[in-house]
Amino acid sequence: MKDKGTLLAYFIIASEAFFFIALIIGYVYYRNFSDATDTVAKYLDAGRTGIFTIFLIASSFTLIYSKKALFNNRIGQYKLFMGLTILLGIVFMVGQATEYVGLYQEQITLNKDVFGASFFTLTGFHGLHVILGLIALSILYGISFGNYRNVTKAGIGGVDVYWHFVDIVWLFVFFFVYITPLL
Amino acid sequence: MSLFINIPEDSEQLPSLKTGQGKLLWIASVDHKQIGIMYLWLALFFFVVGGLEAMLIRAQLAIPENTLISPELYNQIFTMHGITMIFLVAMPALVGFATYFLPLMIGANEMAFPRLNAFGFWITLMGGFLMYFSFFAGGAPNAGWFNYVPLSENNYSSAPGVDYYIIGLILTGIGSISAALNFITTTLTLRSPDIKLNMVPLFVWMVFINGFLILAAFPLLNAGLFMLLIDRQFDAHFFIPSSGGSAILWQHFFWAFGHPEVYIMALPAFGIISEVVPVFSRKPIFGYKFVAVSSIAIALLAYSVWLHHMFAVGYSNTVNSFFAISSMLIGIPTGLKVINWIGTMYKGSIQLTVPMLFVVAFLIDFTIGGLSGVSFAIVPIDWQLTDTYYLVAHLHYVFVGGVIFSIFAGLYYWFPKMSGRMLSAKLGKWHFWLFVIGFNLTFLIQHILGIIGMPRRIYTYPDLPNWELMNVLSSIGAVFMFAGMVILFWNLYTTLKKPRSAPEDPWDAWTLEWHTPSPPDLKNFGEIPRVYSRRPLWDLKHPDKPDKRLN
Repeated sequence: MKDKGTLLAYFIIASEAFFFIALIIGYVYYRNFSDATDTVAKYLDAGRTGIFTIFLIASSFTLIYSKKALFNNRIGQYKLFMGLTILLGIVFMVGQATEYVGLYQEQITLNKDVFGASFFTLTGFHGLHVILGLIALSILYGISFGNYRNVTKAGIGGVDVYWHFVDIVWLFVFFFVYITPLL
Repeated sequence: MSLFINIPEDSEQLPSLKTGQGKLLWIASVDHKQIGIMYLWLALFFFVVGGLEAMLIRAQLAIPENTLISPELYNQIFTMHGITMIFLVAMPALVGFATYFLPLMIGANEMAFPRLNAFGFWITLMGGFLMYFSFFAGGAPNAGWFNYVPLSENNYSSAPGVDYYIIGLILTGIGSISAALNFITTTLTLRSPDIKLNMVPLFVWMVFINGFLILAAFPLLNAGLFMLLIDRQFDAHFFIPSSGGSAILWQHFFWAFGHPEVYIMALPAFGIISEVVPVFSRKPIFGYKFVAVSSIAIALLAYSVWLHHMFAVGYSNTVNSFFAISSMLIGIPTGLKVINWIGTMYKGSIQLTVPMLFVVAFLIDFTIGGLSGVSFAIVPIDWQLTDTYYLVAHLHYVFVGGVIFSIFAGLYYWFPKMSGRMLSAKLGKWHFWLFVIGFNLTFLIQHILGIIGMPRRIYTYPDLPNWELMNVLSSIGAVFMFAGMVILFWNLYTTLKKPRSAPEDPWDAWTLEWHTPSPPDLKNFGEIPRVYSRRPLWDLKHPDKPDKRLN
């Protein structure tokens, strides 16, 4: 394996995966293995969040296209798809933010009970990862406009792996937080 | 102009103390040798601090009904002693050796990510300072190194000490993860083209496996720490049973990290032993593959034993039996390694140099610690002895007898390479005998103290028959260890004042780091020698009877 940047990204996400597994275990434990009843689930709108989930998944595909375009030296396409990736990511974050506001109006807060705490901790840490990914993508996007027009292989490779990871984590979060209470 | 270019490897020299004289280069340096040495200084500094805390504990416990230290301060001191020795001494020392020697042993000139390497060091240092800053900010953490809830929650520990514990450990944990990322990627990408993965020295191999353990274990701790921080700062209820939370969950998170953490410290220590034993027995390691593969077995089993720290919680017999059996199973690969080291010594021409002396002490004391560990895997014995001084004795036999002795062996073994000077063997032997005799005097007797019922973490005890005698003996042992450490420091001080005189390869060893000048230049290898076997320098020195070719 010659591309150490991508390799590093793989090991970082492997480590991050354990972090999210621990948070998800916490959530599942409180819901299924303790006496408490889930107070948050009935306020969650799986359909609405599902639509925003599709935006996030779509951003993974546009990133794949933009990476391909970059390697084939089609700069216009690269800019288009990279911009689209960032836009889709932002749409997802707007969805998250409005959902948070809605829950706060329903008096669901971090310190309400274990489910409020688990919900905001889990989705909040995922949101922080999305924001970090958006910053990284924006740097790659911004570079393509400036004078220093070099996107390194390690740069795009690492961010690529990271962004797909953020998407996949969200699928698990979505399943365990939004879907399983409906089952 | 193409937007995408594959930028070649940086050929410019990165900042290091060796490129200039400015004091700022201590901070700017990304040279792996410089950072390795800074890790070792960090460990040594905190070893003094943690050691003084231990001396205070032994002074307080020397006589019954002692009032030298208040109960509140005692709690802070034993907590900080544990955290310091584990996260700020053992971990940085082992990471320091690995940072220094991993690239040298595989024929690389740098780590794969030098800046990440520097980041890891500085964030570990800051985490350590932050934890100690708590003493000036209203009291140090005082809920033990495993910081059980609900004791560590706001309503029982309202002082900010526990918050410093949480943030300090998150920072040092991030530092450890950065180090682990570097160890893995360096081993995978920067080996000299001749060296296949089954030819790397065992120290490299163990650090490599250890990297995976760190990557999987620390996130579990960090997740738990973040939840506890949110509990304390934002009034959440993750771990507060009275309002729907679960105190047991913290124990699961902590020990699912905490038990692998034991092996995170033990594996690189085993690696040092595996380097020192063959060199001073003048024989290649006995059963390289067994030592290597048993490390993988240990790494995997390390994740299936954490509940043996929680037998007293009261799980069902089925659960307890599962974890009792897996805890005994993990003794097998560990015992296998001990047999391999003894097999290496068997019929070798053993040279009892200072590093080898520490290895011999390691073999005996670590085996005692391992056996008392197996006794804890037996559930009824655990119920009887958990939270007594028997446990204190066990964990010190593993951490000091296992890890610290290995670190000393590594220090005496590699000191000429790192500094260009040989540590005095005469003072080294004084250090060895005082420290090892003191250690066994301090802790062997604590097994008995535990069996007759002295609980751990009590600031004083009533005048029961024989308790005072045994505690006084234990404290006298601590004085011996202290004297040994003073001699080590004197040895370091006088040696570092002498001119550089150590040859390239003072021990007639076989791994690549001894093929460089002592200390190595900024660029480790002008030209990497061809490597055909696990002992490249043996092949160079004995072209007539080389080892079996492996590539």
